Amino acid sequence: MASFNLMVLVCLGYVALLFIVAFAADRLAATGRGTWLRSPVIYTLSMSIYCTAWTFYGAVGYAARSGLEYVTIYLGPTLVMIGWWWGLRKLVRVGRSQRVTSIADLISSRYGKSNLLAICVTTLAVIGITPYIALQLQSITHSFAIFFAEEGVSGYGEATVVFWVAAGLAVFAILFGTRNLDANERHHGVVTAVALEAVVKLVALLAVGVFVVWGLSGGVAETLARIDASPIGEWQVNGSRWATITFLAVAAFLCLPRMFQVMVVENDDERHLRTAAWAFPLYLLLISLFVVPIAVVGLDVMPAGSNPDMFVLTLPLSQGKEALAMLSFLGGFSSATSMVIVAAMALSTMVSNHLVMPIWLSARGDRASVSGDVRKVILLARRISIAAIMGLGYFYFRLSGGGTALASIGLISFAGIAQILPALMGGLFWRGATRIGALAGLTVGFVLWLYTLLLPQMGAGILSQGVLAQGPFGIGWLRPEALFGIEGLDPIVHSVLWSMVLNATAFFAGSMLSFPSPLERLQGAQFVNVFDHSAGPRGWTGSVAQSEDLMIMTQRILGAREAQALFHREAALQGGRGHLPEPTPLFLERLERELSGSVGAAAAHAMIGQIVGGSSVSVEDLLAVADESAQLMEYSSQLEVKSAELARTARKLREANDKLTQISLQKDAFLSQISHELRTPMTSIRAFSEILRDDDGLSLREKSRYANIIHDEALRLTRLLNDLLDLSVLENGQVSLNMRSGLLSDVLDRAISSALAGAEGALVVRRRRLSETVRVTTDQDRLAQVFINLISNAQKYCDAPHPELTVSVHDVGDQVVVDFIDNGSGIPVEAQSTVFEKFARVHAEKAGGAGLGLAICREIMQRLGGEIHYLPGHAGAAFRVSLPTEARPIPE
Amino acid sequence: MSDTGSDPGPAKKLPPVFLERQSYRRRRLLDAARLLPVLGALLFAVPLLWPQGGAAGTPSTSAAIRYIFIVWGLLILCTLLFGLLTRGWSGPADPVGPGAEATEPAPVGR
Repeated sequence: MASFNLMVLVCLGYVALLFIVAFAADRLAATGRGTWLRSPVIYTLSMSIYCTAWTFYGAVGYAARSGLEYVTIYLGPTLVMIGWWWGLRKLVRVGRSQRVTSIADLISSRYGKSNLLAICVTTLAVIGITPYIALQLQSITHSFAIFFAEEGVSGYGEATVVFWVAAGLAVFAILFGTRNLDANERHHGVVTAVALEAVVKLVALLAVGVFVVWGLSGGVAETLARIDASPIGEWQVNGSRWATITFLAVAAFLCLPRMFQVMVVENDDERHLRTAAWAFPLYLLLISLFVVPIAVVGLDVMPAGSNPDMFVLTLPLSQGKEALAMLSFLGGFSSATSMVIVAAMALSTMVSNHLVMPIWLSARGDRASVSGDVRKVILLARRISIAAIMGLGYFYFRLSGGGTALASIGLISFAGIAQILPALMGGLFWRGATRIGALAGLTVGFVLWLYTLLLPQMGAGILSQGVLAQGPFGIGWLRPEALFGIEGLDPIVHSVLWSMVLNATAFFAGSMLSFPSPLERLQGAQFVNVFDHSAGPRGWTGSVAQSEDLMIMTQRILGAREAQALFHREAALQGGRGHLPEPTPLFLERLERELSGSVGAAAAHAMIGQIVGGSSVSVEDLLAVADESAQLMEYSSQLEVKSAELARTARKLREANDKLTQISLQKDAFLSQISHELRTPMTSIRAFSEILRDDDGLSLREKSRYANIIHDEALRLTRLLNDLLDLSVLENGQVSLNMRSGLLSDVLDRAISSALAGAEGALVVRRRRLSETVRVTTDQDRLAQVFINLISNAQKYCDAPHPELTVSVHDVGDQVVVDFIDNGSGIPVEAQSTVFEKFARVHAEKAGGAGLGLAICREIMQRLGGEIHYLPGHAGAAFRVSLPTEARPIPE
Repeated sequence: MSDTGSDPGPAKKLPPVFLERQSYRRRRLLDAARLLPVLGALLFAVPLLWPQGGAAGTPSTSAAIRYIFIVWGLLILCTLLFGLLTRGWSGPADPVGPGAEATEPAPVGR
């Protein structure tokens, strides 16, 4: 009886110690002094919640039944840990950069913040973990029962013990798991307590092992010999189970909510993985080192029929080692409590974030910012969730009766949780994985696991014997333990094989056939390429959010002080002077991440969405943005066109202005020229007429000479005035044309002979008479005038030593083209554009005329329906006259 | 020729063909780290090939224990070694400082 009282005392003392440790750690972390709390050692030890009571008690039982197979449970995590660089590191990086709070949050976040997916994972986890929690309760109860039996205590009620154990664990988990709502969802107190428990259980198991090997067997060699002589002394293993359970252990290690909690959520520094990568496998190795010796010695020493699951406890007791048994009991107690507390915490986070909060938020309907204190609601939801999960475990234990071997319950649980693996791995390594695929895979895997493993294993009552033996409705190939007629497989192997294969297939097929939403694709890239850009999701576009509303909402979730600190910090970061930061996308993004630590990614997204006005990125938003940018682009291209047009107009105006200025200058020049031209003859006329009038002594010859001069000058004046008159008539359109048909060659003949008549005759005119036989209908006199002008221009201005003029005629359809090209130096480029202007003269010093000739030519050609222009690109001056003709070549 | 120097754009994006000796070693070390779990899985599967169930030459359980625990220990040693060699690395490309979480997350400049 003393021993029993002692046990209760030790038990309570141990729990009190855990409380103190957890409380102190929380205080230390709050004051920021406990840096050792974030050491890799604590991280590694906290991972040991993988080793539950199932390990502590169950491994020995497992070994006693199936030899070395138990070791696969620990080989799986070892493989994961030694491959940390390309597996776990990515998971941790993603978890940290996205601030995920649970495995459900991670999956939901990866697949476009889908809450449906989070609900699926949460449900799966709760159903999968419940038997596991029941298993822990069972092991604690069994260990109590052993002490009771040893002491012969009467009135022991198993149900009462289980109830109080469950209640006590729930209280502990509530006290330390839901004391505060931290943005990062870290619980230093719990983690430290778990680390302490890890040490206790390792020490306890090692102590029992050492006692067995050196105390009972007498050394290593003797122990090995004893093992070989035992019923499990011969190497015998089921290969398919070996591989399957190793795989299950890998999957469970990654997907178990409590493992995710300690490995990813509670991770303070990615580099802790470096230490954990070798230290945790070492821990596992040490834990499993003495399992077989204990099992063998237990089988040898203990009376036949005793439960091998309890050898760790009963062996020392049977040898009278009360203290060792007490230590062993504490070890088992530790492994059970740590697992239950962390699992309940992790599950409650998932349940409250993904089940309760979305329902609560949608039930409120109105804006989150103006409703009640969300912070309290979340905490309450978590506390109730923990209680409910413990209650579920308790009822499962009561229902199942606690008879099944520990190991098989654990494996069923593993197989259920492993259904998350395809969605998780696909999400981390395959950008093509979609929400539909993940949902399909999870659903198929979950249903198959339920049907082929959980329901058959839960015993009669749920699935009838008839269904098990003949299949539902007598369909043989649907028998739960022999799907598609494949019989003879171990139930675990059978279930894992089918559920994982079809899960992965559904996941793959669903992903291939569906099309992800933009948010999903964004998140997919963020997850898969997490090492390229470890940044948060960019969920918020330009906003109309009111910072005040956000502040109120954040206060309700994080608490007033934290929220104010957060907003102050953000405002300071933005460089503003006020207390409230501007609702920039970056700030909203950070705020969303902070909130997602408390309420989960999807809920945080939804809450900010309500305030910001639902401006999360949806397809419609993207389309709207695309439309807007398209409109902008169109508008800008219109502007460009207009501006180009304006530029063109401006250029034309500038050209016109230049031309006008030039013309004005020409006019000025001409006026002075014309006055000079007019004055010169006028001066001589006046002078000679004065002589004639005043001088009486002139001879007749002299008189006639002076009269001739006056006459010549008057003729010159007349010619000039005629030219001006001609031009004016032409310009005013008052000219009457004498249209008649004739040969072009005749016109040319006439023009050349009259132009060269009386001249010095230096100019040589080259013609090709053959091509000139073109009949044109035009005013031949006017045309000849144009030709004469061009020829006499060449005669006057061609500066070649042997001036030549080439006249070539081309007949181009309804037009005839006559080119006049001389071999002089041509007209300078700057003068080319003005040669046809009135009064324009290229060589002022060679002033022969008044600069009207070419202007008259142009006017004439316009009247005749043709045109004349200068041909640039020739060595000499080149003019082209083109005029319309209905002419036919005359046959020779 | 003109086409070697005039267009550095695409050439810049391609990773270099030859690495410095240090980077080369580093990459081979990462290869080894990737291989380690595969190697471990293979080694742990070796006992499945042993004769069993009373056939001639069936090894004893103690031999199996020795084999598995020695392999296990070697794998732990290799991981420890890898951890020591990669001390100070944070990632293949981006160095994330120790206090990255203590400060605000870096603003996303995109």
